[in-house]
Amino acid sequence: MTRKTFLRTAAAALTLSAAFAAQAHNVWLLPSTTVLSKPDWVTVDGAVSNDLFVANHFPLSLDNLQVTAPDGSLLKAENAAKLKYRSVFDLNLPQPGTYRIAVLNGGVFASWKDKATGQIKRARGTPETITKDIPADAQDVNITQSAGRIETFVTVGKPTPIKPTGQGLELVSASPTDNAKGETSTFTLLLDGQPAKGLEVAVIEGNTVYRDQLNELKVKTDDQGRFSVTWPSAGMYWLEAGTRDNKTTVPQAKERRLNYAATLEVAP
Amino acid sequence: MHLRYPLAPIALSALFAGPAVAAGLGVNVEIPRLNVSEYHRPYVAAWIERPDNTVATTLAVWYDVRTKGGHEEGTKWLKDLRQWWRRTGRELSVPIDGVTGATRPAGTHQLAFSEGTQPLGQLAPGSYKLVVEAAREVGGREVLSLPFQWPPVQATQASAKGKDELGEVRLELKP
Repeated sequence: MTRKTFLRTAAAALTLSAAFAAQAHNVWLLPSTTVLSKPDWVTVDGAVSNDLFVANHFPLSLDNLQVTAPDGSLLKAENAAKLKYRSVFDLNLPQPGTYRIAVLNGGVFASWKDKATGQIKRARGTPETITKDIPADAQDVNITQSAGRIETFVTVGKPTPIKPTGQGLELVSASPTDNAKGETSTFTLLLDGQPAKGLEVAVIEGNTVYRDQLNELKVKTDDQGRFSVTWPSAGMYWLEAGTRDNKTTVPQAKERRLNYAATLEVAP
Repeated sequence: MHLRYPLAPIALSALFAGPAVAAGLGVNVEIPRLNVSEYHRPYVAAWIERPDNTVATTLAVWYDVRTKGGHEEGTKWLKDLRQWWRRTGRELSVPIDGVTGATRPAGTHQLAFSEGTQPLGQLAPGSYKLVVEAAREVGGREVLSLPFQWPPVQATQASAKGKDELGEVRLELKP
């Protein structure tokens, strides 16, 4: 594999994998609003980029987009398109309550040394396919599983609590769209449905290109997985957390990488 | 109770002058005349809050009540009364008889409420705040609040002056 094709493969992996993307880039969804006073449409952008929320690097793949309505039913995105630097889609939100808009990324990554050439090879796939990609005589095989969730929330009328899926890293809150400048919001981070204790959560306000410092807030989850953020100003915020463990569902994988990112709106 | 401007002074004096047993609360809201190229009448909400910011009652909400195809399209922008929306608006279902109404022009609007009658109803004795919020399409937003004690022991007045979207807001209490 030439360097150029490798980079291209890596770039493609970025859009598919929160685990890898989060190492270098921010992955985000950006809704046109998070608060609606009547059933209405929202339009959402999704991208992979360093600058929040400027789409200048790569569009977010919408293959694993999952929109959950307040009643638990799944909602279909409309007018979805993958543009040069961003993906877009519309959502028609018919019922009151809080909608969960998520892109879920799961996958298995393998790297190994080719016996004949000594070169490092990489492959990405599913638990079923990954072993087929690795030659029987491969050396130093390293398989990693990843699970990532990139999401945002929109509420029509009165908010409804977010019900955990029990899978991977996720944020639960009585009302993730209820944030205001100067007020404190409390969230709970769960790992496979259990409190994610002692995890560092990074909180960054958008418009990073219009200031010199990132001004990242860092908070740690407590024993109940809870953490609080007092919002310094109004705007769209990006929140991220990640961890690693060995609870893989792929027998060959030694490690599971988990990532979570959410976009939250803070009212003035 | 929600009275049109020309009738309000009569109603107020009737409310305050008679040997009424019920305490009364009068609210004057001034919508300023603005020299802007594109003017839309503001959405306005007036409500009563407890010290912990929970809402005792919504007194008035003025929004675009015109219907299109049988639907009130103007409810789309009720969320722009951001504070009212978060504190209570999203819990309510509009229209509310005697509370919601059409947007109003620049000028002073007088509202009178009496104890025991909706929307004021019965307020438990204690500290409260009258909050008035205005939000204007292609304009700004402003919130004013006036603290008061209920029930009033004597006739009192308090007022606050807005800078942008609200003029003077005056609260009149009558025991």
